Formats: sequence, structure tokens, C-alpha cells
Amino acid sequence: MWYYVTKRILATLPVMGVVAVIVFLLLRLSPGDPAAIIAGDDATSEDIAKIREHLGLDRPLLTQFVRWIGQLATGDFGNSIYLERPVLGLIMERVEPTLALSVTTIIFAVVLAVPIGVLAAWRAGTWIDQAIMALSVLAFSVPVFLIGYGLVIGFSLTLELLPVQGFVSFSEDPVAFLRHLVLPTVALGLVYTALIARITRATMLETLNEDFIRTARAKGLGEPRVLILHSLKNASVPIVTTIGTGIALLIGGVVVTESVFAVPGIGRLTIDAVMQRDYPVIQGVILVVAGVYVLVNLLIDLTYSLLDPRIRY
Amino acid sequence: MAATDITAAAAIIPRSRSATGLLRRAARRPLPVLGSALLIVLILSALFAPWLTPYDPFEMNVVDRLLPPNETYWFGTDAFGRDIFTRTLYGGRVSLVIGAAVAVAATLVGLLIGVVAGYFRTADAILMRIMDGLMAIPGILLAIALMSLTRASIWVVILAITIPEVPRVARLVRSVVLSVREQVYIQAASAVGTRFPRLMLRHILPNTFAPLIVQATYIAASAVLVESYLSFLGVGTPPEIPSWGNIIAEGRLYVQIAFWNILFPSVFLAVMVLSINILGDGLRDMLDPRLARRI
Amino acid sequence: MAAEPVLRVEGLRTEFATGDGPPAVAVNDLSFEVNRGETLCIVGESGCGKSLTALSVLRLLPRPYGRVGAGRVLLEGRDLVQVSEPEIREVRGRAVSMIFQEPMTSLNPVLNIGRQIAETVMVHEGLPWQACMDRALEMLRQVRIPEPERRLHEYPHQLSGGMRQRVMIAMALACRPRVLLADEPTTALDVTIQAQILDLIRDLQRETGTAVLLITHDLGVVAEMADRVLVMYAGSKVEEGTAEEIFDAPTHPYTRGLMGAMPHLGGAHGGRLAEIPGVVPALKARPPGCPFAPRCSIATSRCHVEAPPLRNFAGSHNVACWEVGQGAVA
Repeated sequence: MWYYVTKRILATLPVMGVVAVIVFLLLRLSPGDPAAIIAGDDATSEDIAKIREHLGLDRPLLTQFVRWIGQLATGDFGNSIYLERPVLGLIMERVEPTLALSVTTIIFAVVLAVPIGVLAAWRAGTWIDQAIMALSVLAFSVPVFLIGYGLVIGFSLTLELLPVQGFVSFSEDPVAFLRHLVLPTVALGLVYTALIARITRATMLETLNEDFIRTARAKGLGEPRVLILHSLKNASVPIVTTIGTGIALLIGGVVVTESVFAVPGIGRLTIDAVMQRDYPVIQGVILVVAGVYVLVNLLIDLTYSLLDPRIRY
Repeated sequence: MAATDITAAAAIIPRSRSATGLLRRAARRPLPVLGSALLIVLILSALFAPWLTPYDPFEMNVVDRLLPPNETYWFGTDAFGRDIFTRTLYGGRVSLVIGAAVAVAATLVGLLIGVVAGYFRTADAILMRIMDGLMAIPGILLAIALMSLTRASIWVVILAITIPEVPRVARLVRSVVLSVREQVYIQAASAVGTRFPRLMLRHILPNTFAPLIVQATYIAASAVLVESYLSFLGVGTPPEIPSWGNIIAEGRLYVQIAFWNILFPSVFLAVMVLSINILGDGLRDMLDPRLARRI
Repeated sequence: MAAEPVLRVEGLRTEFATGDGPPAVAVNDLSFEVNRGETLCIVGESGCGKSLTALSVLRLLPRPYGRVGAGRVLLEGRDLVQVSEPEIREVRGRAVSMIFQEPMTSLNPVLNIGRQIAETVMVHEGLPWQACMDRALEMLRQVRIPEPERRLHEYPHQLSGGMRQRVMIAMALACRPRVLLADEPTTALDVTIQAQILDLIRDLQRETGTAVLLITHDLGVVAEMADRVLVMYAGSKVEEGTAEEIFDAPTHPYTRGLMGAMPHLGGAHGGRLAEIPGVVPALKARPPGCPFAPRCSIATSRCHVEAPPLRNFAGSHNVACWEVGQGAVA
């Protein structure tokens, strides 16, 4: 078990290493002088020189990389050029809204999608199944902002049930915190719901054709027990895997959703950083997000043995 | 199924493989046909935009600012008095160009990487590690970061959306190449001394076409959506070009008083993405029934 | 005839919906009965409809294509074709149990053995969970699984094929069913394990008086187990009788062919087994006359156009053939 865990953790290192190289090269490989790009159109040559020195761009590429990795290892993600503050601190300040929105969305989507997917598989080929599949294609295709503004116009402006936009910290007011999360969660969650519902349906369809499902029915078990205990548990590994890999899709949506609902999270931080060409912040955000993504998928990998006894480490 | 009787029974459920069979199956499932028809309408409306509307997408008219939809301006006007219908039609051009360009570019680059990785063991290790790394960065985030590198233009947008799409194509092609390679006929072909390029052209590439066409369709749909997201966020297509994302980004300021500014381009966007996705599903069912079982 | 049979099937027709056109008939006008403590073997080649017959009894035909088109399935006088869905669920696993050919895939891989046996008991008898687990343990002992306490908490993949089939039997018998449907229970197992499993089924049957409907293509198994035998070909009954009648005087050309195809005891026959030329016709391509006519060496022109009725040959021995078994119509 521990051998396997260690092995899996070590296997994430090359991935994170490649991410680090990509993030590092991102700026260096851009056409033109990165320092000039950062400085903007109306910078003096002194400004550019200052930035170049600040980022260590005047040294050889490999030296730069080694120094940069060394700093990352000590938790130093560099300083924001624009705000002149440590990047990690900036990210931590913005983490709560993004994390809150992501977690509520995952819960919303999973709670909605799994029963829908099971229903579609159980009634495969009927109009219920076809309607669910059609709606899921629709959810893949409708842009987040159309759903978002539709919800705002309907529930906030017309019915005045929920706040239009913004974010309230949980520690400040838990009720307002939740009220502000409802619409962004729904807007963001539909794509993710569709994704999970489709994989649930697909794996359930396969599982329902298995011999042991026929055995379960031959024992006289009721359909709920056949579907949930006997089928869903067998289908759970691909579903959980998709929940994990789908987080990449989710994070993309988070950036747009935060913009629609004016949520001051990581997405906003990133967009602001891109506008200001604040490269250390962009690099920091990508590293942290990719790190979280890899970590979550590692944890999901390790839960497989709980779901399926045949998987042993 | 264990019971052989059931396999025998399943064999009688008709399954046609011929070309007429394809057509018949297409007719039985009207959705892909509807999707293609919608897409063709959108393509034609973008192509013939100058003939479909008397207005200029850039022409400002301060008197007619933020007018709701009416007989003159079917979709209303924006904050500069520009006709939203006209801008929406022209916006379709941007989306179509980007969707098609990204689909082609990502497929070709992914194909190249996938073939090399599938065929050469040493290159495989390195290339696939790079693909893993790219896939660990959420696509839109990577595209946003790439957009920050240089002055925005359509070409940069295409590049920024293409790069995150490449790994999935590369993995798909690689898996096809690996499985085809193992099949007997390839081994037989190498045994009689067929050279590598010929092997590739004659035996391996044809096997990648069906899944690639399907994948390229989905990439086109995704690219259209991502372009609108990037532009919406202000880091996409240069703001002076009327792409759907840009029209919506400008319109969002007036969402409370002039919702038609975002409604019409959003609906066009949704319909285009939907029709491409439906087309993709239809192609998948026709070309690659094995894939149909997956999402 | 002695007592009322536990299970009586009358005129069963099992159909499969096809894309367009009329449904394909997989089992045609099949009748049989099984008495308490008796073993009836249904014999036939792959695709003859014998497994579908068993699945039809419990209404477990693959959905949504398969269905019982006509006939009655009487369990102690109650027609299972007509009862409601909850009622048939009551019957499954309690009054009528079934075990399948593939012990490797017929057990749920993610639930432990004890749970899979105990849940049958819980669903049907509503006992507290601990009592159900106690029953599961007792059943594992009865099917002679070594170290039952430990096995109870193991998963199917930790067991051998033979052990898994024992678990299937334990599961099937946990609620003391009156009928056990065994669909090729030993086909997937090694020869020595086969014998053990057959012994086990017979011993348990002797103890409990369960009626067994054993479906097999293996005449060796039939010889070992059967009180009575029913030979099926292409969805129809072609011959039936007691085991002695069938083995002593196989009458239908198909049965005789099967006997010829059987390896002799000791198996030292040197060459290949005798085979019946040709294959079972596909469901859709069944000929109008006797289904066996295309492969039959003694078929006449009449056999190709008119299906022979089942006629009494001797005692309880019935045969459906124009050319042999000249007796009164059964």
C-alpha cells in the first residue's frame, strides 16, 4: 500500500516538472523581449532594463531555470511586478471564493448528475434517456455567460430572490456566502453535470449488461438495490475518474463565471495579471492550479481501492 | 453474455455496414441531419453577411443608441448605435474561421506527435510526458496565459486555443497507432520489407481517420466556445473585431437595460456550438461505433 | 401420474423483437414439468433455446428485446407469466433460484461473498442483518467451502472457479427454493471440479427435495444427473423420456447424432468425435418443416414442409419425427 502511494506520488513529479518547464519557458519563448512586453508600450529603456534585472532575464536560460526552481522549492513564487507583493500571498487572498465556488459546483453537479445518468442508463433507448442525452449536449454547448446572465435576469433582477453578483466571505456571513454562491454554482455546474451524467450513463450501460446483474435480479432484488448497490458501485471508478479530470473543464468555467458574477477569485486575479502583463502572477497561478489538479487526481487514484476490491496496492 | 442462446438472438438484430446502410441509419436519426442543416445556415449567413444586411458592422449612429429590437434593427443596437444583427452575422465569420483553423491545426499537430510517439519508443517517453504536463494545465487558463505573450490577433487566438487541444489528439492517435501496430497485418507488412513511410500511409494513417474526424469536430465546437470566453474576458480577439465574445463583452455593461446586446450573439454562439456537437455525435455514431459507448 | 408437479411449463413461446418485421421465435411451444426431488435435464446444442427457457421461467430475458409471447409457467399452479413485477421478484431467489454458467462473471466483484448471500435472505425473509450473515455462513458450510468464516469476508476474485460456483449454489439455496434452475453449471469448470459440483447439487437436492431443472449440452452430465431428459433442437422439443428410455433407445435422429457425438467413457477413441454435419439454423432462417430436416440424414420431402408432432413412442418416451417412433400421437 505505502509502496504504491509513494510510487504514485513520485509519478506526479515528472508531470509537475514538465508544468514548471512550460511555465518557465512561456515567458522566455515569447516573440520579442519579455522585459519589453512586461513594461508595456510606453516604457523607457531604463524601465525595461530594470524589469530585466528584476526577473534575472539577463542571465543564461539554464541558470535562470535552476534559480527559479530553487526559489519555488522554498515556497518563493516571486513578486508581483504590478503590486510588488509576493505572488503566493496574492493567490492565498483570492483562494476562498474560487475554492468555495468549485466545491459547491462539484457537489451540485455530482448530486444532480449521478441519479440522472443512472436513470438514463436504466431507461436506455426510451424518450427519458433521449431527453437526458439531448439536454446534456445542450449543456455542453450553451456558453456559461448566457446561463449566468439568464439566471441573473430571472432570479436577481426580476424575482429579486438572490444577489446579482459579488462574494461574501463565509466567516463574515454564512447565509450571504451561500446566497451569493447559488447562481454561479448553477451557471457553472451545468456543463460539469452533463459531463458526469454522460459518463455515468455510459458506464452504467456497460455494467447493467454484466452477468452479475442478471444474478442480482435472479435473486429477487428490487431495481433500486440492483441499480445502486450492484451497478453503481461497479461503475464508480470511471465516474470518479471523470469527476477528477473534469476539474480541468471546471477551472476554465470558474474563470468565466467569476467574471460574470464579479467574484474576486483566482480567475479575476489571472485576468488582471494578464491585462497588466504581470508574469510572475500568471506563472504562480498556473503552477498552483496545475498542482492542485494533479494532487486531486492523485487522491482520486488512491480511492480506487476503496471502490473496487480487485484494485490492490 | 454467458448464455450462447442470447448471443445468437443478438445476432439477428440487424446491423448494416454498407453505404446505403449509413444513409439509412442517418435517416433514422434525424438529429445529426438537423445539426448539419443548422450549421449550413450559420455558415451561409456568415458568408453572405454583406448581402443580408444593409448596415456596416462598424458604423456608429449616436442617435440610435441601445435601441431594443425593432423593424429597422432586428436585434436592436449597441451602445454606439451599431446594428446588433449585422455585428452578429459578421461575428459568425470570426467563430467559423477560428473553429475550423483550430480543428485543423490541433488535428495535424496532434497527428504528427501521436504518430511519432506511437512509432518510436524513445520519442514516446519524452513526448507523452510533455503532453501529460500540458494536460495538467486547464485549457482556458493556458490559453489565457498564452494570450498574454504578445499583441492580440486572430492568429494568436488560434495558436492559444490550439496548443491546449493538441495533447488529447496526440494521445488518441498514439493509442490507435499502438494498437494497429500490434495487429498481425502490420507485422506481416514489415516482415516483407515494407518501408516505414509506406507502412504509415497505407496501413496506420487510414485507421486514425475516423476517430480524428470525430475528434476534430468536437475540437471545433470547443474552440468556438473558448474564443468567446477569451474575448468575453477581454484577453481574446482584438476588441475592434466584432466576434461574438467581443460583442457580448461590450454588451455586458448594459445587461440590465439592454439585454439584447448579449442575448442574440449568445444564442447564435450556442446554436453554432450545439450544431457542431450534434454533427460530431452523428459522425461518431456513423464512423466509429466503438467510440459511441464512451461519453 | 403421482403428485402435482412443482413446476409445469405449457406451450412456452419466447420471442425476440427484431429491427423490423415479426419477432424471431427462440423457443417454440415448449411444455415440460418437474416434480419435487426430481432432476429434469434439458439437452441441446448452443443456440437451441435451452438457456432462454430457464430465463423465461423467471422472466429474466434480456430487455428490451426478449419476451414470453405465449404459454404458461405454473409454479404450484400459479402462472408466473401473468403475475405482477413485485410478485415475480418474490419468487426469484426464494421459490425458484437460478445458477449460471459463468461463475467468473456471475458474482458481483465489488461485494464480498457473505453480503451477496445474506442480501438474498434479507430481501426475502426480512431477518436482521446478523441473522442473514449467520445463514450465509451456514450455507458456505453446506456447500463445503473450507474456512467459511474467512471466505465470508472475501471477494469473488479471491476464489477459484469451483469455489465461486459453490458460492453461487449457496446463494441460490439460501432461501430453500422449491425449484433450482441450473444453466450449464459445470461447463466452465475443470473436469474434476465438475464432478464435485454435480455431487454437491445432487446431495443438496436429496436433503432438501428441491426440484432441479438442469440445462446442459453435455450428455455425460445428463447421464450422471437426470431422472428425465428433454432434448431440444432449434427452440423445439424433439424428444423426451426418462433417462433410461433416452439412453437405452435414443430415437430422434438428432438425439442419436448427439449420442454419437458423445465421447465414450475413458475417451480413448483415438480420432475425432462423431459430429452431426451442419449447424443449428439462425433464428430468422428457421425452415418451415421439421427444424432438423436440413441436417437430417433420413429426411424426406415431407419433413421439409410439415413439422412433425410429438408422438408417444413407448412409456413416457415421446418423439417428434415423421420417420421414426411410429406410435400414437401423444
